[in-house]
Amino acid sequence: MSLHATHRDAGPVTVVDLSGRITLGDGSALLRKTIRGLLDDQRTRILLNLADVDYIDSSGIGELVSGYTAVKNRSGDLKLLHLTKKVRDLLQITKLYTVFDVFTDEPTALRSFV
Amino acid sequence: MAPDTKHLEITLETQVESVNLAEEMCLRVAEAAGFGEDDCYRIGMSVREGVINAFHYGNQERPEKKIHLAVDLTAEKMIIHVIDEGAGFKLSDVPDPLLEENLLSTSGRGIFLMRAFMDEFDVLPGRTGGAEIVMSKKFPAAGSLSPNGQSGQDAKPKKEA
Repeated sequence: MSLHATHRDAGPVTVVDLSGRITLGDGSALLRKTIRGLLDDQRTRILLNLADVDYIDSSGIGELVSGYTAVKNRSGDLKLLHLTKKVRDLLQITKLYTVFDVFTDEPTALRSFV
Repeated sequence: MAPDTKHLEITLETQVESVNLAEEMCLRVAEAAGFGEDDCYRIGMSVREGVINAFHYGNQERPEKKIHLAVDLTAEKMIIHVIDEGAGFKLSDVPDPLLEENLLSTSGRGIFLMRAFMDEFDVLPGRTGGAEIVMSKKFPAAGSLSPNGQSGQDAKPKKEA
């Protein structure tokens, strides 16, 4: 299953709803293109909704980190919402769970950007 | 090779599509052998990472080079070999992605994931001069399964918690 991405504005925050797999090739490329596009539009507060992402490989992890760094370099924030068990486990064993702000409900996540 | 070992091998092109192909093939073998859902996920991810490593680091994405994938099913475990045609590497030279200074690195987690997800993992000099990744996953109850996974109650797939 390839990756699909749509985004919506919630005040100053852009919520990116992702579904599918973030893996080497099209999935990682789409995530990169989406984040870079938002930064080009001066949208620097980004919440990635990963509720429907059930698989990420090392390339996808690298792309998440790359996006996080790119947003931070623009004095913005990139946070994660609704991790599936597999994705949460992956972020925990790679210690990235301590890097990203991770939320389980959207209103709390949106308030955290203020 | 032991007489009851089942062997399968395939030569893959150095292209992104080979990553999905290798993962899919090994997932089918693992499922047919009786591994549960969690182990299949770990095996699939490890094969994926092994072939990504061969594609990107080993063969440097050069299309004239090949990736050799082999699977051995013994009574105790599934053994996977991923061989590239690159320059080879030493495990001791691979940076630890868990170190504070490497946490924000955008690459270098593939080897770590294979080591974390498989029961045995090593990198050897490959027959073609590159690196040979050898990794294995033991059956949940070694000895209670035949290589085709058709015997014993433990052959039933596990449910994810």
